Amino acid sequence: MRGFTATLRRDLLIARREGGEALLAVIFFVLGTVLFPLGVGPEAKLLAAVAAGLIWVMALLASLLALDRLFQADWRDGALELMALAPEPLTLVVAAKCLAHWLVTGLPMALAAPLMALLLNLPAAGWPTLIAALLLGGPALSLIGAVCAALIVGARRGGVLMTLLALPLYIPTLIFGAGAVQAAIGGYDASGHLALMAATTLASAALCPWAAAAALRQAME
Amino acid sequence: MTAPAFVIEDLACRRGGRVLFQGVELELAPGGAALVVGRNGAGKSSLLRVVAGLIPPLAGRVLWRGVDTRRTPESYREAMRYVGHADGLQTALTVAENLAYWARLSGAPDDPDALDRALAAVGLAELAALPARLLSAGQRRRLALARPIASRADDGGVWLLDEPTVALDRPSIALIEAAIAEFRADGGIVLASTNAPLTLPGAVRLDVSEFQLATAG
Repeated sequence: MRGFTATLRRDLLIARREGGEALLAVIFFVLGTVLFPLGVGPEAKLLAAVAAGLIWVMALLASLLALDRLFQADWRDGALELMALAPEPLTLVVAAKCLAHWLVTGLPMALAAPLMALLLNLPAAGWPTLIAALLLGGPALSLIGAVCAALIVGARRGGVLMTLLALPLYIPTLIFGAGAVQAAIGGYDASGHLALMAATTLASAALCPWAAAAALRQAME
Repeated sequence: MTAPAFVIEDLACRRGGRVLFQGVELELAPGGAALVVGRNGAGKSSLLRVVAGLIPPLAGRVLWRGVDTRRTPESYREAMRYVGHADGLQTALTVAENLAYWARLSGAPDDPDALDRALAAVGLAELAALPARLLSAGQRRRLALARPIASRADDGGVWLLDEPTVALDRPSIALIEAAIAEFRADGGIVLASTNAPLTLPGAVRLDVSEFQLATAG
């Protein structure tokens, strides 16, 4: 596990040094969501009806922003080769990088969600569920995205390709996430949706680092 | 006479549909060294990448202490240090932070003294707190070479150095030669590819060009 903690600390340190770049995803999430009331008009009812879906779609897009850099820099400067040759399995190193990505993008987004909910006039009944769903589902976005980022390592125009790969894979997370908030607003029990969300994250945690590591090994041959 | 700890058996490699080399054989005892030479594009880097385990070989195998390194790579990876063409430096981190991360990832015990000694060995001791993006090409190379020195196992090991002296000046080359000599004196094995002057006393010369097919396959 030393390689895991060392990689986690390294990536968080890099994110702190690069400051603005790491916060780009959160800023995009906030600014993008702010545009909707301006575009749609200040009709409280209309906004409230679409708020849950909007916030989730923005979260998906924002988490994509920082993903293409997840492995690209390490691949270009040769660091990835050294990670692959370490005694620790590459899968653990990849898992550490996913966790760092979530801590820098997914977690701040979940914390910024109440502000978004306020702006879009999301009924208060949905707030706790929205935050819970973002916290539970965020890691899945980082993990699924990591597989796509690993597949496009070394490709030209990789960023666009990665978006096309990742967005379809994000659909289950979007459906469960937005569904949970809608259920809570409607006065129903959202725990079923949240449980499915947690299951998506757990399944991703088990499969994605392994798949991403395999894709990275392929890229290094 | 000690038994060979590191053996290459009938190794072949194919890149882009072309067999680069085949039938490469090498045996090194603890303290031994081999200098991989050959013209540009002959396959020096590919040979080292195959030996490191980054590329699967077309045929043949690499044995570390009698064990096939592809079947059971764990003990090999603990003992093997690869320095490739790319320096693998994260430019946002300082010289010392880069080195500390790689030492920890290689499974070396946390030992600040070992890191300081490694930096001193490559002449970077006073630059430890400098961000790596400010290093010159030669300094970056020296920091990359400090990596195997910092995470050196006590009972020897294998260093695979791909063109270690690129961008280095004479005094720096002497530093690297001294570090390699010290490693070999402790039972370490070194496989270095180079076209530049690099003196490794008693090293075997392995010319990759001799293992090429007459016609491209």
